[in-house]
Amino acid sequence: MIELEGLTKRFGTKTAVDHLSFQVRPGQVTGFLGPNGAGKSTTMRMVLGLDHPTSGTARIDGKHYGELDEPLTYIGALLEAGGLHGGRSAYNNLLCLAQSNRIPERRVAEVLDLVGLSAVARKKPKGFSMGMGQRLGIAAALLGDPQILMFDEPVNGLDPEGIHWIRNLMKALAAEGRTIFVSSHLMSEMALTADHLIVIGRGKLLADTSMADFIHQNSRSYVRVRSPQPEQLRDALHSSGMTVAEEGNGTLEIDGATTEEVGELAGRHGIVLHELSAQRASLEEAFMRMTAAAVEYHAHDANAPQWAPKGV
Amino acid sequence: MASVPAVLRSEWTKIRTVSSTVWTLTSALVVTVALGAALSALVRATFEDMPPIEQATFDPTVVSFSGMLLGQLAMVVFGVLVVGTEYSTGMIRTSLAAVPRRGTFLFSKIFVAGVLALVVGLATSFLSFFLGQALLGEHRTSIGEDNVLRAVIGGGLYMGLMAVFSMGVAAMLRSTVLSLGILVPFFFLISQILSAVPKAKEVAEFFPDQAGSTIMQVVPGAMGSDPPPYGPWGGMGIMLLWVTAALLGGYTVLKKRDA
Repeated sequence: MIELEGLTKRFGTKTAVDHLSFQVRPGQVTGFLGPNGAGKSTTMRMVLGLDHPTSGTARIDGKHYGELDEPLTYIGALLEAGGLHGGRSAYNNLLCLAQSNRIPERRVAEVLDLVGLSAVARKKPKGFSMGMGQRLGIAAALLGDPQILMFDEPVNGLDPEGIHWIRNLMKALAAEGRTIFVSSHLMSEMALTADHLIVIGRGKLLADTSMADFIHQNSRSYVRVRSPQPEQLRDALHSSGMTVAEEGNGTLEIDGATTEEVGELAGRHGIVLHELSAQRASLEEAFMRMTAAAVEYHAHDANAPQWAPKGV
Repeated sequence: MASVPAVLRSEWTKIRTVSSTVWTLTSALVVTVALGAALSALVRATFEDMPPIEQATFDPTVVSFSGMLLGQLAMVVFGVLVVGTEYSTGMIRTSLAAVPRRGTFLFSKIFVAGVLALVVGLATSFLSFFLGQALLGEHRTSIGEDNVLRAVIGGGLYMGLMAVFSMGVAAMLRSTVLSLGILVPFFFLISQILSAVPKAKEVAEFFPDQAGSTIMQVVPGAMGSDPPPYGPWGGMGIMLLWVTAALLGGYTVLKKRDA
C-alpha cells in the first residue's frame, strides 16, 4: 500500500503538488489521472524518495522509501524518462540493478522473457524502439518481484498491440493481489484499465473514487432527437415537463429521458422524427470539466491579490 | 538500505559493461606511455643542446612521465563519464530508486571507479618509467635510486586522484558536457598557461594538478623549474584536499538536490 499524507512540493513560488493525501490499495489498478503538468510525475518521484517533499509524507507499507531494505523487492517503478543506459546491453542494465538489491541473477532472464525481450537481451537499448524501451523499463520494475508497482504514463509511445499488452499485464498483476498505481493523462485509457481513480489538477486532489462511481456520477445520459418539426417537438417536450437543449439543425437533447418516452410523445403529437438515440457524455468530457475547473480556480487565485486590494 | 557489498558489486558491473571504460583507460595508458617514450628518446638525442640549467637539474624520472600531461585528460574523461552518464542517460533515478541512500550510492561508485583508475594509473606510471629509462640511454636513472620509487608510485596515485577529482566535480555539476567543458580546458590550458606567468604562477602552484605532480619529481626544481613552497608529499596533500573538497561538494549536491 502507498499512503500519501499532506504531500506538498513547491518549486520556488510554484506549487507542483498541493497537500495530497490518498491511499493506493492492493488488489486493484489505481489510475492516477491529471492533465499534463498536474503534478503526477512529481508525486511519483516523491514516493520513490527521488524528490524531497516540501512538506508531508509518502509511505510504502508504512515506511519511508529510504527505510526500505532492498527497495526494488517492495516497489518497482517505471518512470517517464527511460532511466537506463543506452550503451549497456539490456541484460547488463538489469543485472546491475539486480545486484544492488541482492536479487538473484536468474531473475534477469525471467523478466526479459516475461516482457518478450529475450531475443535482444544482449543488444544495447539505444537501438530499441520506444515500445521496446518501455518493455525494458517494465522488466526493470518487475525485477524484484515487488508487491507494489508504479507506472508513469506506461502507454506513451506504444503501438496498439503494446497498449493492449500493458493493460492486460497491469490487470493480471492486480489480480495477483499486487498494488498497481498507474498515471495517465488519458481518461479513455484509465476507463479501460483502472478499478479506482485518483484525479489531480494543479497538484490538488480532485477525486478519489472507484471507477464505477466515477462513471455513474459523471456520465450524463440524454436522448438525442432530430426532427423536421423542431418547434412542435420542443413544445410537446416542454409541456410534458422535460428539459430540452437545442443543438441546431433541428436537433434536440433531452436530459434524463428515455428514448421510449420521447418516441411515444412524438408519436402522440404526430411529429416526424429523423433520429432518436440514447447518448452518454464521454468520461473524457467529465474529466476535462473537472480539471478545467481546477485550472480556472487557480488562475483566479493567482490574480486575486492584484484585483482585491482597492476593489476597482 | 541496500548492503554496501551488493552496491559495490552493482557499480563494478556498471563500469565493466560500458565501452567508454575501456577506451578512456586504454587511452590514458597508451597516450602517457607512448608520449613519454617519444620524449625520452628525443631528450637522449638532444641532451647536449639543452640549456645548462636543465642539464644541471636533469630529472630522468620526470622526463619519462612527460606523456602524463595529455594522458591525464583521458583519466579526467573517465572520471567524468562514470558519474556524468548517470545524469545524461536519466539512469540516476533508477539508480537512486535501487539504492536510496545517496552516500552509499555515490561513494560505492567512486570507490570502485577510483580503485580501477588507481590500478591503471600505477600500471601506466611503471610502464612509462621503465620504457622511458630504457630510451634515455646513459642519462637514465633506476628504480633503486633515492626517491625514484616514491615518484613512480606517486605518478600512479596522481592519475588515480585526477579521475576521482573529476568524479567529484561531475557529481557537483550533474552534467558530462559541463564537467568536461570546464575540466579539460582547465587542466590542459589554463593551469599550464598560468604556471608560466610570473605572478599567476604562485597561485597555479596550488592547483590540484600542479601540486599533485610534484610527487613525480626526484630532483627538486626538476628541469629548471622553480621549486614550489612545499615538498613532494606536501603537494600530494594539497591535491588530496582538492579531491576531498570535490567529493564533499558532489555528495552535498546529490544529497540536497532532487534527482
